[in-house]
Amino acid sequence: MSYLSTLSSAYAEIFLLVMASSILIVDLFVTNPGKTLTYVLVQLTLLSCALITVMTHEPIVVHLFNNMFVDDLMSDVLKLFSYLAISMVLVYSRSYLMLRGLFTGEFMVLTLFALLGMMVMISATHFLTLYIGLELLSLSLYAMVALQRDSATATEAAMKYFILGALASGLLLYGMSMLYGATGTLEVAAISDAIMHGVDNKALLVFGLVFVVAGLAFKIGAVPFHMWVPDVYHGAPTAITMLIGSAPKLAAFAFIMRILVDGLQPLVMHWSGMLAILAVLSMAVGNITAIAQTNLKRMLAYSTIAHMGFLLLGVLSGGIDGYSSAMFYVVIYVLMSLGGFGMIMLLSREGFEADKLDDFKGLNQRSPWLAFMMLILMFSMAGVPPTAGFYAKLSVLQAVVGAGHIPLAVMAVMFSLIGAFYYLRIVKLMYFDAPESHVPIAIQPDSGLLISINGLAVLALGIMPGTLITVCAVAVQKSLMLH
Amino acid sequence: MLMSFDTFVFYMFAAITVFASLRVITARNPVHAALFLVLAFCSAAGIWILLEAEFLAITLVLVYVGAVMVLFLFVVMMLDINLEQLRIGFWRWFPFGAALAVIMVFQMVWVLGNRQTAETGAQVIKHAANYSNTKELGRLIYTDYVYPFELAAVLLLVAIVAAIALTLRRRKDAKSQEPNKQVLVKKADRLRIVSIAGDSKVDSAQ
Repeated sequence: MSYLSTLSSAYAEIFLLVMASSILIVDLFVTNPGKTLTYVLVQLTLLSCALITVMTHEPIVVHLFNNMFVDDLMSDVLKLFSYLAISMVLVYSRSYLMLRGLFTGEFMVLTLFALLGMMVMISATHFLTLYIGLELLSLSLYAMVALQRDSATATEAAMKYFILGALASGLLLYGMSMLYGATGTLEVAAISDAIMHGVDNKALLVFGLVFVVAGLAFKIGAVPFHMWVPDVYHGAPTAITMLIGSAPKLAAFAFIMRILVDGLQPLVMHWSGMLAILAVLSMAVGNITAIAQTNLKRMLAYSTIAHMGFLLLGVLSGGIDGYSSAMFYVVIYVLMSLGGFGMIMLLSREGFEADKLDDFKGLNQRSPWLAFMMLILMFSMAGVPPTAGFYAKLSVLQAVVGAGHIPLAVMAVMFSLIGAFYYLRIVKLMYFDAPESHVPIAIQPDSGLLISINGLAVLALGIMPGTLITVCAVAVQKSLMLH
Repeated sequence: MLMSFDTFVFYMFAAITVFASLRVITARNPVHAALFLVLAFCSAAGIWILLEAEFLAITLVLVYVGAVMVLFLFVVMMLDINLEQLRIGFWRWFPFGAALAVIMVFQMVWVLGNRQTAETGAQVIKHAANYSNTKELGRLIYTDYVYPFELAAVLLLVAIVAAIALTLRRRKDAKSQEPNKQVLVKKADRLRIVSIAGDSKVDSAQ
């Protein structure tokens, strides 16, 4: 067997890298302002990656590159959803970015590199690859936030994102170096073994763990490490905000799974307490602060913080139930967040952003179908049945109660109730207020079709959540080394 | 007990590193701060030599001191940085920051200073004189660590793409002729026919 065929589990990553580099060159010769050829190539690349991932799937867990890369069911499922999310981001943002002169080849290539970073994170079982994947993702995102150079808010957002992101990477690396010092290895599985066989110095381990958890919290934007989220979400062009708020959350979930569950499972009693504090604070600050926002992008930023709190609740509940409910939650969240930001971009036009709450006033009179789609998305984010968001919240709460954390579950429900206020306020604005503007809404056929599919998918997954829940449960069961 | 020569050299380099790092953030003149950073890098390279990581030490001096810091000095010298403006609010937040720093230092001393931690890192293997650190690193990078090595290369590619995408722009005030556009120009592009309303006085007189 040749060396290349042993790498079949990593073909998707290799193909993506080759294509991203080729598109970088091809794009130099694409002169039309719509960059049609580049766009088509990028979408074809994503489709091919999905096919490769499905075709190279193995029923067993495959380790490659000296145990630095793993191909298991969880990574395959998360990668497929990442391709889907990135593809949707590109469809939604195409005309929005074109009107602002930002739909360039570099944007698309950086998106592909960000995707590569996510895939590396999703498949990483070594601190080095976890970290490099994270940096690959972050660096691409920093650059994309700054792409709109003439906008002061975008530049400010990029600066904040870059500096705080670098600080978070520093914290994470420092924590990793402490864990390396205590266990003598950077391999996730070996760290778990070393801790189970007894490490003399427990204090050093916990010290490293604190930094790792703080770094992770920074990256996902959990309170009290959330300061960058509203400014970046608000300042970046909506298309980039959508990119930051969607697919990377899947990678962040995998990152938490690999590092905390695979690597530091023996320290679970230490990190579950930390996650509980982060989760409760995130839900409280996220939901309460979101009420005061008048900008929809800022509101969705605080809503992200609250949703990340819910995700952490699922993770800290532990066991197959907890992890699979967290995975289900993150997939549904990505779908809802794509729809939410997609709607802002659909309603925007040249020189008009549609990111104020007032811009949604009377949407029902201007376009009943779009208003209905937004209704489904907002109901889902609030967790109203029969939408998917309801089942996502329900399965996390079931896991939390199953793990015996009744007070946490009660608090989660209370903060969700508070959160329902600002989601339902948008529904009220759309259906019961008079429109402030009567400019006709120009919808591109592709993104108009996509928002319909997106909204209906959220509804359909709420009515029939069984398949996806089973997929998540099987993926977690087959992939994690649960002790 | 007298400390060994190695330990003495280590403490000397460590002291220089800490001193230089402190001066980096306290120096009033940014050029001095940059030069102190060079000093910190050099003494850190010294510590790495003590750990028998010669290749990394030399790379640190060559890349950081030789290339990055020189570039950085150029930038610092070219920009007119108003330090007084940057320092506004420094003393207001100083007590808060200092308290946090003191707590951190105590925690670190407590964790890293205890006996068990000191023993964890005690067994550094000493190699024979003909051992080549560079050769070992090269062997590892292209075999066991080929995956992260390739990824690091991708990271650099992303950095290049990002840097070019963010800085390359055509100047808006550049005045140059574009003959193809000149040839293609139509009458309608240049000439604007404005209908002017008739003079009201003249109208009423008629």
